[in-house]
This record gives sequence, structure tokens and C-alpha cells, in this order.
Amino acid sequence: MSAAAIPYTVEPRPDTGLNNVKIGIWLFLASEVMLFGALFAGYILLRVGDPGFGHGSEELSIPMAFVNTLVLITSSVTMVMAWASCMRRDLGKFKLYMGLTVALGGCFMVIKYFEYTAKFHHGIFPSTSTFMAIYFTLTGLHAAHVLAGMIVNGYFWLPGAKMWETNWQQFTNRVETSGLFWHFVDLVWIFLFPVLYLLPVPYAHP
Amino acid sequence: MSDAHAHAHEIDVDHHVRIYMRVFAALAVLTVITVAVAYLHLTTAAAVALALFIATIKGSLVACYFMHLISEKKLIYVVMVVTVLFFFFELLIPTISESINIHAG
Repeated sequence: MSAAAIPYTVEPRPDTGLNNVKIGIWLFLASEVMLFGALFAGYILLRVGDPGFGHGSEELSIPMAFVNTLVLITSSVTMVMAWASCMRRDLGKFKLYMGLTVALGGCFMVIKYFEYTAKFHHGIFPSTSTFMAIYFTLTGLHAAHVLAGMIVNGYFWLPGAKMWETNWQQFTNRVETSGLFWHFVDLVWIFLFPVLYLLPVPYAHP
Repeated sequence: MSDAHAHAHEIDVDHHVRIYMRVFAALAVLTVITVAVAYLHLTTAAAVALALFIATIKGSLVACYFMHLISEKKLIYVVMVVTVLFFFFELLIPTISESINIHAG
């Protein structure tokens, strides 16, 4: 370890028992909670304030979102199995599970693409209603996070896997950290799906 | 020493993987339940409460077991408790400020 190297990327700090990546990612996830929290707060205000607020199950495709929920949950399992394969020093299995995780992320994006284009095809845009505005904003921001996770996971799956040879422990820590971000993305969707697609509104529709 | 270290982790990992599979099954079942209860013709308040309750269980399973939060160090718990408190306050800011505006009008 050179003098310029960042300490505690592999071994944990003696005072907190955590390495830098782990503290860093949890602090970042805390900021992400506040980011999505701001949009959920917007959803609450729009829903409470708008008598014509859209009924998700009437305006959105529950089957597509249900499949997407299972896709993301499965990708969380493959992600944690990718980390477990690192811990078991099984590079082959790591490549398999990480590849599956990226592929399932891609599957989510494809389904989202079909969802969005179906809306646009029917002339429904974020400007159509407050419900559509918050729907596109929340799912759009979430999709951007899925894409970002895919890019990072893709890096660890292919070029970044070189670190397996040079510093296996640090690589495993990085995979775990990327996994934490990926699980968070899954966690946001676990709340997005019922809130946007399933919650009823008490108002009658014209 | 690193081989013994890896071996010790290997034993832990097998146990973890069994848990991951059980959590996966639970999440799949809870997802089906989430959709099923949406068709139950409950009052809006009850439907919202039930949907959020099930989502919280699913989210907790992901956080506790996939994100290893259940066996994390104290600093992470502190960060998360502070975050959750601010999160719930943040959820209410627009609605509270709107109600203040309405009464001030």
C-alpha cells in the first residue's frame, strides 16, 4: 500500500468496524432516500390536492409492472449471489450471476420502454395530468438509477473483474457496495409499484 | 491465513445463501399478495395502509438480508435511523406547508 493510497478500502476502521466503501455507500443511499422521498412527498401533495387524481390501475399496466417487480427482485437475488460467489472465490459463478443481474436490469428497462411508448402512442404524456406527471417523474428517475446500476455492474462484470487477480478483497468489497445500490433500487420499486399502480383513489371518475 | 479466512467466510456464505433463497421466495409470494389485496374492495384508507404495510415488510426483507442490515455495525444503524426520521418529516413538508397557506389565506 503506497502512501498515496486511500486507507481502509479493504480492512475495516478500528473505531467503526467498517471500511470506507461501506460507510460511503450507506451515506449515499441516505441521500437517495431523501431524493425519492421528495418525489413521494410530491405524490402525497398532488394526490391529496387533486380531486381528479388518476387511478393507477385504470391508467397503467399492472401486469407489466408486476413482471417488472419480479424481475427486479430476482436481480437482487442474482446480485447477492454474485457477491456470495466472490466470497466463495468462484470467478465463474460471479460472472454468471453478475451477468444475470445486468441482463435482468436490461429486461426491466425493456418492459419500461414498452410501457412508456404505449403511453406516448395513445397521446399520454407527463403533461397530460398530475398523475401522469408524477408517474413519469418517479419511474423515470428510478429507471435512470436502474441504468446507472447496470453500468456499474457491467463494469465489474467485464473490465473491472481484472481486480479479482490483483486485490480480491477490495474487489469483493466493491461488488458488495454495488450490490447495496442495486438492492436500494429494488427497494424503491417495491414501494413505487403499489403506490403508483395499485392504490385506489376515493373519487368517482367522470 | 487468507485461505483460512476465505474458508471461514465460505461456511458463513452457505448459511447466507440459504437465507437469500428463503427471502426470495417470501418476496415473490408477498408480491403476488400485494396485487391480490388490491382487488379486495377495501376503503381507500385501509387499502393504502395495507399496501404500505406489505411494501414495508418486503423492503425490510431486502434491507435486512440482501443488504445485510440485520448484522451491520452501529454507525450504519445510526445513519439509517436519522435518515428515516428526516424521510418521514420530508414526506409531510409539502402537505403541511399547503395547509398553512390555506389557513393563512
